[in-house]
Amino acid sequence: MNAVSTLPETAPKLSHLRQLEAESIHILREVASEFERPVMLYSIGKDSAVMLRLAQKAFYPAPIPFPLLHIDTGFKFREMLDFRDRMARQVGAELLVWRNEPAIAAGTNPIALDTKRCCGLLKTQALLDGLRHYNFDAAFGGARRDEEKSRAKERIYSFRDSAGQWDPKNQRPELWNLYNARIHPGESIRVFPLSNWTEMDVWQYIHLENIPVVDLYFARERPMYVRGDALLPTEQSFMALPGEKPQMVRCRLRSLGCSPCTGAIRSDAATIPDIIAELISFRSSERANRVIDHDQEGSMELKKREGYF
Amino acid sequence: MTTPLIESPFSLDDFMAAEQQKDLLRFSTAGSVDDGKSTLIGRLLYDTRSVYEDQVRSIEGKGTTAPGQLDFALLTDGLRAEREQGITIDVAYRYFSTSRRKFIIADTPGHEQYTRNMATGSSTADATIVLIDARKGVLPQSRRHAYIASLLGVRHLLVAVNKMDLVDYSRERFLAIQSDFTTLLDQIAADTGNPVQPHFLPVSALLGDNVVHRSASMPWYTGPSLIELLESLPASRHDAAAPLRFAVQRVLRPDASFRGFAGQVASGSIRPGDSITALPSGRTARVARIATFDGDLDRAHAPLSVTLVLDREIDISRGDLLVSTSSPATITTDLEASLVWMDAHDLVPGRRYLLKHASHIVPATVTALDHRVLLEEDAHHQTLDHIPAATLSLNQIGVASLRLLRPIAVDRYRDHRLTGSFILIDPATNSTVAAGIVRSAQPIPASLAAHLATSHSGPVSPRERFLRWGHRGAILSLTGPTSIADRVERALFHDGRVTLRLNASQESSGSLAAHAASAGLLVLLHAETDSDSLTVAVANHSLTVAEEDSLTRRLETLLADAGLLHQPGLNEYEI
Ligand SMILES: Nc1nc2c(ncn2[C@@H]2O[C@H](COP(=O)(O)OP(=O)(O)OP(=O)(O)O)[C@@H](O)[C@H]2O)c(=O)[nH]1
Ligand SMILES: [Mg+2]
Repeated sequence: MNAVSTLPETAPKLSHLRQLEAESIHILREVASEFERPVMLYSIGKDSAVMLRLAQKAFYPAPIPFPLLHIDTGFKFREMLDFRDRMARQVGAELLVWRNEPAIAAGTNPIALDTKRCCGLLKTQALLDGLRHYNFDAAFGGARRDEEKSRAKERIYSFRDSAGQWDPKNQRPELWNLYNARIHPGESIRVFPLSNWTEMDVWQYIHLENIPVVDLYFARERPMYVRGDALLPTEQSFMALPGEKPQMVRCRLRSLGCSPCTGAIRSDAATIPDIIAELISFRSSERANRVIDHDQEGSMELKKREGYF
Repeated sequence: MTTPLIESPFSLDDFMAAEQQKDLLRFSTAGSVDDGKSTLIGRLLYDTRSVYEDQVRSIEGKGTTAPGQLDFALLTDGLRAEREQGITIDVAYRYFSTSRRKFIIADTPGHEQYTRNMATGSSTADATIVLIDARKGVLPQSRRHAYIASLLGVRHLLVAVNKMDLVDYSRERFLAIQSDFTTLLDQIAADTGNPVQPHFLPVSALLGDNVVHRSASMPWYTGPSLIELLESLPASRHDAAAPLRFAVQRVLRPDASFRGFAGQVASGSIRPGDSITALPSGRTARVARIATFDGDLDRAHAPLSVTLVLDREIDISRGDLLVSTSSPATITTDLEASLVWMDAHDLVPGRRYLLKHASHIVPATVTALDHRVLLEEDAHHQTLDHIPAATLSLNQIGVASLRLLRPIAVDRYRDHRLTGSFILIDPATNSTVAAGIVRSAQPIPASLAAHLATSHSGPVSPRERFLRWGHRGAILSLTGPTSIADRVERALFHDGRVTLRLNASQESSGSLAAHAASAGLLVLLHAETDSDSLTVAVANHSLTVAEEDSLTRRLETLLADAGLLHQPGLNEYEI
């Protein structure tokens, strides 16, 4: 009767990654079955790549039963957009793209405005508008709890009010694997199937599963504006200081965002095994190269409260 | 930044092989406010080199600690309000690994107001670290948390007597607390029926004694450090010999040639050829294939997510539980369960809640509250006394009887964590109001279960019926003279309701009524009496009408109160 006193026959050991995979697939299936209009936020990065593969697995042999939505700020690397279109075609998923056209037309950029207001318009506002436009009631995001300490606080089903806002002090209890999908009209849930994955898990899974990722993750000779330790991509001409010339640097991106706000790192990691080896030696978190998270203590939490992913 | 620390040549294959050998342990923290939980986790991460330099830099010179001393709690207290108030409000999930295993940590709040968040963190934990402030000893909140951890089936409690630096590393103090806590745990195990294995250790989270490094200040303690304990506990293993439990999450049918049932193996294992029974319908089939994106499997065990293809067409849909035919779960509409109440609004017995269990939702009411478990002491009672209660308030725990509107297949929590647990949702606010732990279930006959199960599924959903008729189906019990019953039927008809009148005294009218109601009709089940007035009762609502009363408005209100005019959601059953 009590399970502690007898030693049961244990199942063959399942690796950590297979356990995470099983949990994520369970989440994907729950959401697809309990919501009327789910969507997967596809940001083209490594986490999205894993999430997309998990979605293929969750519904196989049926197609992925929800569309992908990319919030395009207009500042994504060109390689990312090509990759995005190719992947959507390859997995046979419907791809939607949403841009805050008025803000883009008005010349919004992180130099003209500050990064906070730029993100607010091109990411958060665009996301909220896009979700509302299509009437999505659940949106998958590839965020992981190990990325940042306010993310570490988030539920797998993260409830958002009708303005898309997160109330971190009043989250629904989330016990076992029982998720509460009930919402009133206008409210929505952000769902994080990769909540319990770490950056290392993601790369190991990409390696084991042979998942394609954007070439920007691999070390190549690339033109960069070099400012001290920082390497700034040259995609946007407004990034150059007066008279500044790009230099060729062997580098790669550790996480993908908008080109003006995503610094590259010097690296020789040209393959996934190289990246994993490099990861073991890192002393800084993956977001240290992003401009937005640390322009203010708690800035991620503030953005999330306003509706950011 | 990119100088490799690892020996070259690095062999990814060796590294990956070692990684695949690591198992997984999930643990949570517990204990009273300020006992040092977050500090301990921060210290653990820091001393195992699991935090990045920029993360350490971001907390330097901040927090509540003396100058030069890092406030490790800031590594996990990730919300502004938490840093401002110096307390933890909600669970923080952190990840780290050693050369032996990977860990998922849930650092939970100690403040009484946030007890529900502590329960959230414990529900998935294999082990819980209970912290006790060496100066304060066992506090009410330590008891409450130990009780919840035991109730939720956490098997190992690591009792860390913390802040030993503030009691001169006193061995006597440590032993006194160990003895108090041991007594408490025996009482708790007797109440919850879940014995837990305690491990005691003296630590200083702030200074790092016995966390990762052995303490030089406590030579009298010869046991393992916290990290050694965590590395040696049995991991999240799944019992392959346990009977199969597989909740169907979704039916996959990409084309006419494939029909598979997607779900996660909650316990046990399955192979092609195994016989399974679908509950609550009771239909049986054999597994033909275990389909996955990576090819068919010849065996799937917990916790894999797979898709099962059966050897024959049987009616199975989301919410059904597939179980091993030889060892099925209990089909029931009557449960006895422990409830941890999590909402600011008190439990209302008799009120309808939604019960989510495995992959489906059924309406349920609490029919009786057996007792409340007292977790604080007062002049008249001791901790863990059972006291009678009319309700449960936020963070209170009690044992209740529940009646479900439709049968589900369950297990006792102590036998199966995933098929023995449920949550209650308030249908008006949509809040998760309680965590439920099945203690026992009253079985109902399989034949009845099959009838009840099928009467709610089929080719037409409740939602479609609603959209056609404008109301949900229900049985309205009419008791009174025929003349008034006629007027009620007329009034409903006039309002566009679809009704069926049956005579309650007629044999078989009961099951006919049930069928018709599930087809979306308003069944008027009339029991004739000789009185001056007639009562119309549906669910928990009723209405008394005399000869002259006007009817239309009052009937409308009755139907609305009984929830019959509320459109079912896509996946919602008849409520
Ligand atoms: N001297 C000493 N102080 C400690 C020790 N551990 C924690 N503290 C201090 O105790 C206070 C509370 O620590 P926290 O880690 O925030 O406590 P907590 O248990 O996480 O609190 P809640 O999460 O709010 O319940 C802080 O000021 C810590 O610096 C210890 O071992 N020795
Ligand atoms: Mg804390």
